[in-house]
Amino acid sequence: MNAPPKAITGVSTFVDDRIGAGNFLKRNLRKIFPDHWSFLLGEIALYSFVILLLTGTFLTFWFKPGMAETTYTGSYAPLYGVKMSEAYASALNISFDVRGGLLMRQIHHWAALLFVAGMTVHMLRVFFTGAYRKPRELNWIIGILLLSLALLEGLTGYSLPDDLLSGAGLRITEGVMLAIPIVGTYLQFFLFGGEYPGHDVISRFYSIHILLIPGILLALVSAHMILMWVQKHTQMPGKGRTEKNVVGAPFYPAFMIKAGAFFLFTFGVIALLGTFAQINPIWLFGPYTPADISAGSQPDWYMGFLEGALRLMPAWEINFLGHTVTFSVLIPALVPLGIVMTGLALYPFLEQWVTGDRREHHVADRPRNNPHRTAIGISGITFYGILWLLGANDEISANFHISLYTTTWFGRIAIFVGPAIAYWITYRMCIGLQRKDAEVLSHGVESGVIKRMPNGQYIEVHTPPAEDIAEHIRGKKEIPVLESAEDGEGIPPKGARSALGRLRAKMSEAYGTDHVPLTDGHHEEGHEGEHAGVGAGDRKELH
Amino acid sequence: MIGTGISVNSITARRRHPLARVAVVALALGLLGGGYALAAPNGSTADAAIASGKADDVAQGKSLFVAHCASCHGMNAEGTNKAPTLIGVGAAAVNFQVSSGRMPAADAGPQAPRKPRPEWATDQAVDQLAAYVQSLGGGPTVPSAEQVDPAKGDPAKGGELFRANCIQCHNFVGAGGALTYGKYAPPLNPATPTQIYEAMATGPQAMPVFNDSTITPEQKRDMIAYITHVRSQVDPGGSGLGRIGPVTEGLVAWVVGLSLLILASIWITAKKRRAA
Repeated sequence: MNAPPKAITGVSTFVDDRIGAGNFLKRNLRKIFPDHWSFLLGEIALYSFVILLLTGTFLTFWFKPGMAETTYTGSYAPLYGVKMSEAYASALNISFDVRGGLLMRQIHHWAALLFVAGMTVHMLRVFFTGAYRKPRELNWIIGILLLSLALLEGLTGYSLPDDLLSGAGLRITEGVMLAIPIVGTYLQFFLFGGEYPGHDVISRFYSIHILLIPGILLALVSAHMILMWVQKHTQMPGKGRTEKNVVGAPFYPAFMIKAGAFFLFTFGVIALLGTFAQINPIWLFGPYTPADISAGSQPDWYMGFLEGALRLMPAWEINFLGHTVTFSVLIPALVPLGIVMTGLALYPFLEQWVTGDRREHHVADRPRNNPHRTAIGISGITFYGILWLLGANDEISANFHISLYTTTWFGRIAIFVGPAIAYWITYRMCIGLQRKDAEVLSHGVESGVIKRMPNGQYIEVHTPPAEDIAEHIRGKKEIPVLESAEDGEGIPPKGARSALGRLRAKMSEAYGTDHVPLTDGHHEEGHEGEHAGVGAGDRKELH
Repeated sequence: MIGTGISVNSITARRRHPLARVAVVALALGLLGGGYALAAPNGSTADAAIASGKADDVAQGKSLFVAHCASCHGMNAEGTNKAPTLIGVGAAAVNFQVSSGRMPAADAGPQAPRKPRPEWATDQAVDQLAAYVQSLGGGPTVPSAEQVDPAKGDPAKGGELFRANCIQCHNFVGAGGALTYGKYAPPLNPATPTQIYEAMATGPQAMPVFNDSTITPEQKRDMIAYITHVRSQVDPGGSGLGRIGPVTEGLVAWVVGLSLLILASIWITAKKRRAA
């Protein structure tokens, strides 16, 4: 073997003598990463975040976060001579008079949309594969914190240009703050430094947007990655994959190259969008004045579900001891967010409580193999999706010629009925897919060969499934069920005596009971007679 | 009756004929209407006709009106339970509604949509129809070419007025928006400067009237300058995505952006290391 050139050994020895990183790298560069396309979804968010930091820095060079009034004299003619805030004027300046400024603004905004979208699909992947289970609950919580902070980061960033659209969003934010009982007005005055809109909110949001939240995000992203590294990535079930190993490619070189390529893909897609698709054209919106409001004022997509909740809510308001309690704002602002975010954060612990499962899990579940979890997830998506869709109900109404109130009433009913229907359909689909799996294992797969029996009967010859597919299916793991049966003297176990305990036991039984146990081949009595016509029986004849 | 050969009984019988009552009412209405038409002052009609065009136009307009409009608006534009009276709406309203194809309305809906004009509705026919309706009771007239010339307006001032008065319904750059009960604010892109002016002056359908004391004719021209300037603008940032804001942006982020990235992730992970 050739010795490495001196230029490399010299430098690496210098660094290693002083930092001692050689051992660390030796151990970690060969870290094994499992391969599955859905494991790259989180990286979309990670790489978008990198792009956000870089383009955001560029934008800070020219952006002036001030609300002092100025007269626009830049090159966008339809706003020439119009009075506006410094923030808006400088955002226009970036768009029209800074070289590459508009491209940077657009890349920054598209990256922001994909940042949250990437986080969302990554979170859904982790949820549906049960990858949040022990020992990864803390990393799951970090993920939920990251998602919540990303929403706040998006909200503050969306408000910075001080255009008419972002002003509408800010006004709703103010309204939500005011709706909070007792402390609402104090909070509002604290944030805005006086009456709305005041002169402070843009500069305050600026500090929050470029310093505070990105700092926390960076720290949490690091923690997220370190924990993932230390705990190792989960893997999909398959041949040779157990709870005690990780099957995949080493970080260096294979995974690093793939990750690097995927960064370039992410950057490429965002740059393409930034180049060819206009986003947040603030010059069309005009400067913010509290007196103006436009039709089609929507937030960015990740706030759409809150917008939808607000649009669906009936105008409920009560007067309690001389105080107005505005349920029409309070409920849509807090309840859906609470259901979605709190529900997500608590789910690993609720599931553990129901199943009593204290084992470590490093092999991910296939969504079908935990039908209740998958159904809960899909009904959550349906709940979120209906709110999200109804956030755009005016555009839907205007473009598809559906009466606005029809969309509102559809939403009001669908928000309750939709998740229930979605739950039932998903559950049945999971059971159906499990049955299909069981059939593949016990009967094999259809070969496409039709055979005529001596008695004139036609059958299709089934062949055993490929080994990797069979192993993938056999990776199904039972969900534990709490012990709740009475003992010999008719006394239920300790945990199942109270009302809550009985409920827990019932839920556990429903959640964990496996309705389609896998059977390998044709061991069961009477099985062949039942199915001889389609498979198992004739396979013997082929042998 | 004695000597006439007609028996009293037969007269009584005719009087009691089922159609007799209808005939009497029709006769009475005819006499009353005819008498009123003769007695009513005709001076103002003639003056208005002269103000808005030739008296010929009024006559031509009336026959067009009878042929195409009277079935809903009434023979004399007095209105029916299907459509409002047109007395006093002015030539501007007629020009707006007919030149944009909204009238004659195709069917009864919450709102008459813009559509291609019928064949008979040539510019001349629209003018004649407008002259006739103007002759009925005055109202806003069709603006002159100078009044709607975008080149003479100030788009920046117009933009401020536009944002203060129009975008609540018509969206930031006139993409249109939804209203209640199936009504909507139509997109402004196909509207001509004259139609924009007339819409403000007459308040068609769900739109409020912005008369000359609310928004002066000069301000209307500024707004026309802004609307036509912005809608002809090439989007500097690429495709405008319908110019309706974050809804289409979010759609593109998911459908285009995220789909491409998921395809890339599938492609990347599909490349397996060959066993050495």
